[in-house]
Amino acid sequence: MKSRDLENTLAIFKREFLSYFNSPVLYVIVVIYLLASMGFTFFFGRILDSDNASLTQPFFFWHPWIYIVLAPAVGMRMWSEEHRLGTFELLMTMPLSPWQAIIGKFIAAALVWFISIALTFPVVITICWLGNPDPGPIMTGYAASFLYALGCLAVTSAASAFTRSQVVCFIVSVALCLLLTLIGYPGIVDTVARTLPASLESIVRFVSYLSFLDHFYEMTKGIFVFRDVLYFLSVIVVALLVTHLGLRAKRA
Amino acid sequence: MIQVQNLRKVFGSKVAVDDVSFSVEKGQVLGFLGPNGAGKSTSMRMVTGYFRPTSGSIKVGGIDMLEDPELAKRSIGYLPENAPLYSDMTVASFLGFCAEIRGLRGAAKSKAIDRVLELCFLENVRNQSVDTLSKGYRHRTCFAQSIIHDPEVLILDEPTDGLDPNQKHEVRGLIKRMGETKAIIFSTHILEEVEAACSRAIIIDRGKIVADGTPDQLKKLVPGAHSLDEVFRSITRPDTVK
Ligand SMILES: Nc1ncnc2c1ncn2[C@@H]1O[C@H](COP(=O)(O)OP(=O)(O)OP(=O)(O)O)[C@@H](O)[C@H]1O
Ligand SMILES: [Mg+2]
Repeated sequence: MKSRDLENTLAIFKREFLSYFNSPVLYVIVVIYLLASMGFTFFFGRILDSDNASLTQPFFFWHPWIYIVLAPAVGMRMWSEEHRLGTFELLMTMPLSPWQAIIGKFIAAALVWFISIALTFPVVITICWLGNPDPGPIMTGYAASFLYALGCLAVTSAASAFTRSQVVCFIVSVALCLLLTLIGYPGIVDTVARTLPASLESIVRFVSYLSFLDHFYEMTKGIFVFRDVLYFLSVIVVALLVTHLGLRAKRA
Repeated sequence: MIQVQNLRKVFGSKVAVDDVSFSVEKGQVLGFLGPNGAGKSTSMRMVTGYFRPTSGSIKVGGIDMLEDPELAKRSIGYLPENAPLYSDMTVASFLGFCAEIRGLRGAAKSKAIDRVLELCFLENVRNQSVDTLSKGYRHRTCFAQSIIHDPEVLILDEPTDGLDPNQKHEVRGLIKRMGETKAIIFSTHILEEVEAACSRAIIIDRGKIVADGTPDQLKKLVPGAHSLDEVFRSITRPDTVK
């Protein structure tokens, strides 16, 4: 029984992963991602002018904003396309559980992002060549960056379960990811905390604690806290549960 | 092989399938007839485990579809109504994917693919992208998917839709031949097909079974009728009538 679960998940994963490379969309997104993540680093981050051999500020700082747009662009076809083509009906009448399909698809999208993130290695080479960076923050920064992408992907998976339109899925996912990011944006949190009565401040702080950004910056500073990893993992679990609910609702 | 009892499906306030019961044994081919919107596809979607029935029970090969869907689905091959396909795959890779989900690997998988490509006359489009296939070929590709694991139960929603007369003839022959060893349900709007391939037929109207019997028995239902066509028209009401 166990091995069958794995085989089904693997079959879904394989099909999904290969289909990413059959569509021009993926190549466009990866190129934009690489241009944006490295371009920001060299132009806005001014990595070459600073005398600080660290990637936290110039490189990882931009990642959340890039993922908010690009992760939904990769993930929007996950279930929407399945609904639009009607293959969802085919898939759900085959001998596999919805979970195997949900996880197989999610891992395929995750691997796409893993590869894209790995392709930013020239930045690491540059910084090592220029200075003598502390490897700790670079490693936790990459972990945080990958987890951020996964969080946005999971949110996209949930949105795509509910709609057959990739455009609707994209817009809803970007909005949700933006919301989950902005509730932790220091400037906004401080302003809101100041305008509201002091008694509500703890609530504002709590809400901001639920944001992606809060946990992301903690990690990029080189502090690998289990709590932050757990946070992203629970976001993923919750979003995949919502995906499951959405798919069940589609089957009336 | 298939036992359906008191099946009911309600969408909001609309009753799509109302208290439908039937059973199909190995060696039988059951034809599903009925006007548009009668509830044929909805019934089939429940039998294949896609829709959850509002009430009623479904057993396939002795296994309850609601209790152990994954196991029950293994013995079923299903052709959905609009023959959905993954548009970014080739015919062979699509069939390969379906074979893998059905638990076929390695040599067994390539043998299964070759067998259905031959049965459904798809050999010359083997490596063509599904996206560029003509409608009839798309339909046959999805049909090929439904028989790739040589299932004991076949459920086909309008299997001859969009096929040319030659292919219609081939598919009817195929259904009749496979019907000797399998339990088959198929729906159609072409009444000659029922006489050509079915051992039994059910006429559904507005979610209810209004006639059930062999094609010959159905013809005798209405006095003075000479063909199934006349019978069909006199016992079902047009969709537009309230
Ligand atoms: N997902 C759904 N939500 C709401 N109503 C539905 C849904 N699916 C089907 N129906 C309704 O159920 C009824 C039966 O539909 P069904 O598709 O089973 O008809 P059919 O017999 O297959 O017709 P056709 O010959 O046109 O294929 C229709 O009135 C349809 O509008
Ligand atoms: Mg139908």
